[in-house]
Amino acid sequence: MRLPTFTPAVRMGLSIAAAVGVYGVSFGALSVAAGLNVWQTCALSALMFTGGSQFAFIGVIGGAGTGGAAWAAATLLGVRNGVYGMQLKALIRPPRRLIPLMAQFTIDESTATATAQEDHDERVRGFWTAGLGVYVLWNTFTLVGALAGNAIGDPGQWGLDGAAVAAFLGLLWPRLTGRDPAAIAVLAALATIVTLPLVPPGIPVLIAAVVTAGWWAWRRRHVPALPGDGGAE
Amino acid sequence: MSLWAWVIGACVAAYLIKLAGYLLPQSVLDRPVFHELAGALTVGLLTSLTVMNTVGKGQAIQLDARLLALAAGAVALKLKAPYIVVVIAGGLAAALGRRYLGLP
Repeated sequence: MRLPTFTPAVRMGLSIAAAVGVYGVSFGALSVAAGLNVWQTCALSALMFTGGSQFAFIGVIGGAGTGGAAWAAATLLGVRNGVYGMQLKALIRPPRRLIPLMAQFTIDESTATATAQEDHDERVRGFWTAGLGVYVLWNTFTLVGALAGNAIGDPGQWGLDGAAVAAFLGLLWPRLTGRDPAAIAVLAALATIVTLPLVPPGIPVLIAAVVTAGWWAWRRRHVPALPGDGGAE
Repeated sequence: MSLWAWVIGACVAAYLIKLAGYLLPQSVLDRPVFHELAGALTVGLLTSLTVMNTVGKGQAIQLDARLLALAAGAVALKLKAPYIVVVIAGGLAAALGRRYLGLP
């Protein structure tokens, strides 16, 4: 494989990895506080590797829930990764032998970075840079957090949560051209805000996806010549 | 030991879900209609992730310095700043908002 050059997708992937990966420190600290040991904490980051599900798992355990309840919460939150896999396969058409590996790195950030790109090679670079970048940082900082406990404090005080917000906005922004994407964005934002307090974390993303698909199907039926809406082609 | 079993079980389930999406046949995914849908879903998912990261706090909505980060990011994007500058603007806005404006 060629050495990656610093194309826009690579820079996006690295930026988002830096903004998000450092949050592993929160996960590590909270996981140990919830009663998992350092090895279990690191196993979750290395093997489960999907932040929302990991926080859900330790949240249930920390709240004195059963292992089964923790399993169910984590699994439910992981469902959106299945949707991401579908989308990535459609967009990137990965070689079959890479799929088992790609699957492990299929998370919010890698999917977002890949789908935000316009051409195939950039999508591939975006996926791997964000996926591997988050993986390395997330696991490193999980270990740091698990060992240091709460001594490090909340990464929010360094503004990292704000960096993550801007990172996702930066991926969305170029897609907001034309009326259809704008309408989808408004609907998806509303669906997310309305359902955030009602369902477990991570599920609003799925609901927004369902609302988007519903709107798209409705639109397609009633407006037969749906113009390309900043889409995947 | 039983906690270990649930940890591993949850990791296996997470991986199988990730893999499941890739098992849809390429012939289905290659239909133009699926590409249209994927394009729409991209906007929906990115919007939802942005909103969730801006106002979500576990299972609650919390308005805090992250709103400032969103605004700073939007301004940077409007000015066509490079992506890394957008990300840094968001981080700085949140950090400064907490430090000097006393935002949560």
